[in-house]
Amino acid sequence: MPPSPGPRLLELRAVTMQFGGVTALGEVDLHVDQGEIAGLIGPNGAGKTTVFNVVTGVFHPTAGEIEFDGKSIVGKKRYQVTQAGVARTFQNIRLFPDMTALENVMVGADAHHGTSVPGAMLRLPRHRSEERHGRARAAELLELMGIPHRAEETARNLPYGDQRRVEIARALATDPKLLLLDEPAAGFNPREKRSLSDLIRKVRDSGYTILLIEHDMGLVMNICDRISVLDFGRKIAEGVPAEIQADERVINAYLGVVADA
Amino acid sequence: MPDGAQPGQSGASPLLELDNVQVHYGKVEALKGISFNVNEGEIVTLIGANGAGKTTTLKTISGVRPLTRGHIRFQGQDIGAVPPHRRVEMGISQAPEGRGIFPGMTVRENLDMGAYARRGKARAGLAEELAAVYVLFPRLQERASQMAGTLSGGEQQMLAIGRALMSKPKVLLLDEPSMGLAPKLVAQIFSIITEINKQGTTVLLVEQNAAQALQRASRAYVLEVGKVVMAGPAADLLDNQAVRAAYLGGDIAGDDGNGATSGHSGSGGSGGSGGS
Amino acid sequence: MARFEVIAPVAERWDRLPRAVRAVALLALLVLLVILPHLKIPVLNTPDSDFATVLFYPVGIYVLVALGLNVVVGEAGLLDLGYVAFFAVGGYSMGLLGNRVHWPFFLILPVGIALSMLAGVILGGPTLRLRGDYLAIVTLGFGEIVHLVARNTDSIGGPRGVSPIPHPPNFNLFGYHVRFGILDPKPYYYLLLAMIVLTIVVVSNLKRSRVGRAWTAIREDEDAAELMGVPTFRFKLWAFAIGAGIGGAAGVMYTSKVISISPDNFIFQLSILFLAAVVLGGSGNIPGVILGAAVVAYLPERFRSFAQYRIMVFGAALVVMMIFRPQGLLPSRRRAKELLEPEPGGGMGTLGGETGVEMAPRPEAESAP
Ligand SMILES: Nc1ncnc2c1ncn2[C@@H]1O[C@H](COP(=O)(O)OP(=O)(O)OP(=O)(O)O)[C@@H](O)[C@H]1O
Ligand SMILES: Nc1ncnc2c1ncn2[C@@H]1O[C@H](COP(=O)(O)OP(=O)(O)OP(=O)(O)O)[C@@H](O)[C@H]1O
Ligand SMILES: [Mg+2]
Ligand SMILES: [Mg+2]
Repeated sequence: MPPSPGPRLLELRAVTMQFGGVTALGEVDLHVDQGEIAGLIGPNGAGKTTVFNVVTGVFHPTAGEIEFDGKSIVGKKRYQVTQAGVARTFQNIRLFPDMTALENVMVGADAHHGTSVPGAMLRLPRHRSEERHGRARAAELLELMGIPHRAEETARNLPYGDQRRVEIARALATDPKLLLLDEPAAGFNPREKRSLSDLIRKVRDSGYTILLIEHDMGLVMNICDRISVLDFGRKIAEGVPAEIQADERVINAYLGVVADA
Repeated sequence: MPDGAQPGQSGASPLLELDNVQVHYGKVEALKGISFNVNEGEIVTLIGANGAGKTTTLKTISGVRPLTRGHIRFQGQDIGAVPPHRRVEMGISQAPEGRGIFPGMTVRENLDMGAYARRGKARAGLAEELAAVYVLFPRLQERASQMAGTLSGGEQQMLAIGRALMSKPKVLLLDEPSMGLAPKLVAQIFSIITEINKQGTTVLLVEQNAAQALQRASRAYVLEVGKVVMAGPAADLLDNQAVRAAYLGGDIAGDDGNGATSGHSGSGGSGGSGGS
Repeated sequence: MARFEVIAPVAERWDRLPRAVRAVALLALLVLLVILPHLKIPVLNTPDSDFATVLFYPVGIYVLVALGLNVVVGEAGLLDLGYVAFFAVGGYSMGLLGNRVHWPFFLILPVGIALSMLAGVILGGPTLRLRGDYLAIVTLGFGEIVHLVARNTDSIGGPRGVSPIPHPPNFNLFGYHVRFGILDPKPYYYLLLAMIVLTIVVVSNLKRSRVGRAWTAIREDEDAAELMGVPTFRFKLWAFAIGAGIGGAAGVMYTSKVISISPDNFIFQLSILFLAAVVLGGSGNIPGVILGAAVVAYLPERFRSFAQYRIMVFGAALVVMMIFRPQGLLPSRRRAKELLEPEPGGGMGTLGGETGVEMAPRPEAESAP
């Protein structure tokens, strides 16, 4: 799929993140354009998840600037970043384990609901309509993820793969402009990975922009329009999949034997 | 080429034996009476789709999940009622899916916890084991005093495997060890598994990367919704049409025109750019 | 698992009943509660005090307090060891505003609730950024501070407290003359019953809303909740304020009947008893919490002889409960699972490489060659 660069959605400029002596990110420049599926790859500990963490406000970068949709989001609270339109999934699944799949997704949908506490106490009309909307939206998203039959099951009882699907649905429910996926295919078998690729494309085609971390090269090379590569907190390459696959430094640092790519 | 093409009926009784094991989560029957065995010195792999019961099987063997019916025998002894920590002392060690490291302890402390069950004389070789783990995963040595909870996902995976090795088990239960590891390390991790096996550790391996697992293992069992539906030498399963369609997804080189997944021919056809 | 399956079918069967059947059952229960103080049931009778009086205090008051504390502990998962403080704020509001300014009860009630909520916000504002154990210690300290301030401030009565305190005004209701006096506890009981019903309605409405979902999400994974757009601090503060308001309402009602109060009516031990009621009954489940509070309050009255030892007996009972039924008498299904299945299915729970607290690595101590 040829990249058709839209306007800049996310831009990191010279972002540095230090933890004591560890430089997880060193002056990283990175951007995501509207409508693309951007990939972020690199060896273990290269700083990929840290990029997600500084963007979503989990960590405040030691230095550098982050702009989302034209506005700086450095220093914003986590929930404010979410409300501004960034949603994510987690590398180690972080669902609410004893809520049902549907309730988990409804929490995401609540991000844009405004029912006040008194409104909820008294079940005012706004509460009712938002509740109806949230439930319908959550059901719709579970359907999109292909797991409508899991709606009433407790999240912790779901097999790993379905937990990942619920996480994506929950993130989508916050109605993001940008969706950050952290290794969504981990724990999937090759066949499930393929249906996941289809799904990610489908999500993009329905209007979302995606930044994807993934170690499965089959999947990454297949669906990403553009890929950035991190190694020891530095960006070592950027380009379309074919360029990345042929890049000497990427092969040495990350891919290993060429044949394995 | 796989080192253990030996059939597995090596006279003596198996090291680990599951006999009609049933496990429930509440009313849900996750394992519906599965039986299989693992002989000393083997690598045996369990494959199956999401929710087939692979993790449950490993948890039942390590004892964190009680069994409803059936028997688990280890070195001929029924261990169904033996508490998990005792099983570790007996030589069963698990690297759990989702890692399960101790987030508030340092990397080094986590590794030490792996050797917790080793007492007295068994502690003798500890320094060597630690050194060996550090050779396998230099990153763990670099970060020995970092809190494990702040490690990256892949680093945590390395730690989980390293910790399981520290107990110097007779049988090592690995739940998706390649999950979250970079491609270069994935290749490495499978050679590591073969290596530890050569040094005398029996391995029961659960993997989504079935192609790799089947190449490394001597025998394999296929699980489907809580039942063993197929068993045999790994090499045979690797060639089996049904297995390839269901679990290898055409990810392995060769002809994959059998339409493993419907409705998506694009990526399947371009196997050259993608998998393997 | 097995232990909790015993109760799950009851709750599920209840859920499956047609709406009309449930409504009739609830109505019947309400009627029973209305005629309860008039009944003389030998087994239920309390030897040393009038049954109707016991129904108001301690039983009814404990139920209301437990409902409030349950919002904090059971819903939002915040351990509050100083909850008696809010009961005290309500009590002193009634005492002082009634005794000094002669405000009528029905004005003091909302003012007392508001003041308690304010106290909740004052306590919660700086402390709700703390988690777990730290919060518990701070709330414990707060409870003690309120007690000590009451004891040492002469302008509010010091150790002698406040007296006399006026009763609510008498009024006519559908031709009945409702008289709040010392002789007849029933009007107080009915007033309290109305308050409890109102509280149940309000709290269960909250539970089934985005507010309740936010509380559950916070309880189960605060970081993830925040990252899904839940303003966690704000909702925790709301839980604190609502819980405090209910505790304050209980304090106002209790005080309106007793004529005099002193700081010793609001001691630490009460915080523990309230918490025991919530945990014993089934944290997070409204019927469970009510049952727990009723049991904790009623048994010492029924068996007066053991009243002296009641803390010891409760201690023992709690230990036994935690062994055989850690989820409480009538647990919330969700909380039961949280307790009985500590290990989640698919690797949730560890901090992971994503939201780890910022921790600088310690300098390499033992530098291995
Ligand atoms: N709080 C922290 N304190 C110290 N080091 C940290 C902290 N958080 C992250 N790190 C380190 O920063 C580096 C980058 O971590 P990050 O999670 O971004 O890696 P990653 O690229 O996502 O790797 P993986 O593919 O293994 O998930 C790692 O080496 C990690 O150990
Ligand atoms: N804690 C639990 N409570 C209820 N059911 C559970 C629980 N854990 C697992 N299950 C169910 O048991 C079955 C087997 O799950 P298990 O985790 O063993 O599968 P798996 O083969 O390891 O799958 P995956 O490849 O996704 O890791 C699934 O149907 C799952 O829904
Ligand atoms: Mg990561
Ligand atoms: Mg599993």
